[in-house]
Amino acid sequence: MASDFLLRFRFREKSILPGFGVTFTYTILYLLVIVLIPLGAMFAKSFSLGWQEFAEHALAERTLLSLRLSFTTAFIAALVNMFAGFIIAWVLTRYDFWGRRLLDTMVDLPFALPTAVAGIALCTVYAGNGILGSVLGRVGIQAAYNPTGITIALVFIGLPFVVRSVQPVLEDFEKEIEEAAMSLGASRLQTIVRVILPSVAPALFSGTIMAFSRALGEYGSVIFIAGNIPFKSEIAPLIIITKLEQHNVQGATAVAAMMLLISFSLLLLLNYLQIRQKRRA
Amino acid sequence: MTQGQRSYLHEPLWLKAVFIAFAVLFLTALLGLPLYEIFTQAFQKGLDFYFEALGDAVTLASIKLTLLVAAISVPLNLVFGVVAAYAIAKFDFRGKSLLVSLIDLPFSVSPVIAGLIYVLLFGLQGWFGGALKSAGIQIIFAVPGIVLATIFVTFPFVARELIPLMEEQGRSEEEAALMLGASPLKMFFMVTLPNIKWGLIYGVILCNARAMGEFGAVSVVSGHIRGETTTMPLHVEILYNEYNFTAAFAVASLLAFLALATLLVKTAVEIRARLAQRQRLQAGAEGLS
Repeated sequence: MASDFLLRFRFREKSILPGFGVTFTYTILYLLVIVLIPLGAMFAKSFSLGWQEFAEHALAERTLLSLRLSFTTAFIAALVNMFAGFIIAWVLTRYDFWGRRLLDTMVDLPFALPTAVAGIALCTVYAGNGILGSVLGRVGIQAAYNPTGITIALVFIGLPFVVRSVQPVLEDFEKEIEEAAMSLGASRLQTIVRVILPSVAPALFSGTIMAFSRALGEYGSVIFIAGNIPFKSEIAPLIIITKLEQHNVQGATAVAAMMLLISFSLLLLLNYLQIRQKRRA
Repeated sequence: MTQGQRSYLHEPLWLKAVFIAFAVLFLTALLGLPLYEIFTQAFQKGLDFYFEALGDAVTLASIKLTLLVAAISVPLNLVFGVVAAYAIAKFDFRGKSLLVSLIDLPFSVSPVIAGLIYVLLFGLQGWFGGALKSAGIQIIFAVPGIVLATIFVTFPFVARELIPLMEEQGRSEEEAALMLGASPLKMFFMVTLPNIKWGLIYGVILCNARAMGEFGAVSVVSGHIRGETTTMPLHVEILYNEYNFTAAFAVASLLAFLALATLLVKTAVEIRARLAQRQRLQAGAEGLS
């Protein structure tokens, strides 16, 4: 056993396959040219601004309000997606009903549909004279051109992240464990909450964080339904666009640097959670 | 051991009905109705108007540009994806997980920022702006900028699909090919590539859908010069903001058809990949016994 293990360990360290040098170098070079150098240049630019100028743009009231709006709407949308995404994944893996396949395929629509197309379509459906907008309007809910509309667009964009993270875990979950819980006297509800939910939780969280981080930077699907009213329904990426249109490159860079710092911290958190999840399994 | 025999493991019928109704209603309101609306709006003024809108010279130019951008950016990211996945999955080296995280990085960068970073490099006020201007090369507000921004946002798609797949497959089949005397290139094209075929197609169609549909990043670097630097999504925006809704939805419907085709191919690939996986496992089991 031990020698077998050692053999495998040493084998893992050295691969006899050809081409590591070429492929590794190409990977690093392409990564540097397309991603790392441009991103690095942006941070260099934002550092060269100096604190005064950075604060003037990044900490202006209009910018801070847009950041707060982006965060709250992305957070609420992620919570909605966590809840709805879990139920949808549950329904798609556990129940068999007419049209299940179609629903399953439909879940990926936000990945495939261009964001601008999603944006104008959502806006048409949820505006005051739209199919759903008129219904919601009658009960006093305005679902477009305000933060509610932004949240709807962000739910749209984030849903597949949650469903597709949870689905494989639910599929692989062993029925025997559920049976054991039942035979030990747990009710169905107890089994779901105490047995199934904890093992799904890591996937559910990482899916939700992915949906949140995507929602934070989302632009195309949001701007049509947002209304873009200054101080009220401007998202942070729109501030960057507005500053660029005014040829205020410094201002755009400052806001972008702040947004990136925030979303990179989220990425680190996500990686940490995934590593922990792997270690547990 | 069918599910029916284990009915005690199921929720009460009413709860099941509530869950299914919730899923159907939620997905209809969020995904179904917007999709339906794209087509009803596009054909609102009849087929003649629809084809007239699509036959417009600016629309045709935008379709051409979109195809051109995808034709450059998708193959580049395809090659990168295969090469990176090979280096990462078939070899062990320090900093591997860092490299994987760096490849995923563009996913967590807002598309608007993806456009901005190239403006900072190649724009008039950018690092290389002066040099490019005196050399007479224009990248920002021109096609090269659009291509660069598209490559950035679609950067991880193929690699991310292939890395877990190749890691799972290991390297024993390649080692066998080498020991039987295959040259490195022959090993790659006859063993490695066929094994990742389905994952590769899957990654490429998702990459292509995003490349043709990218809006935020392209919007920043395009400059919106009508008929010259407007891709299809940008053209949709321009028409929509001019209150030319039917024409906007007509162009949007083409992109929606692309999305539906993508979903169709994706589903077909998933089924084929599952079959291929089962065959591999069966062959492996027979080989062992």
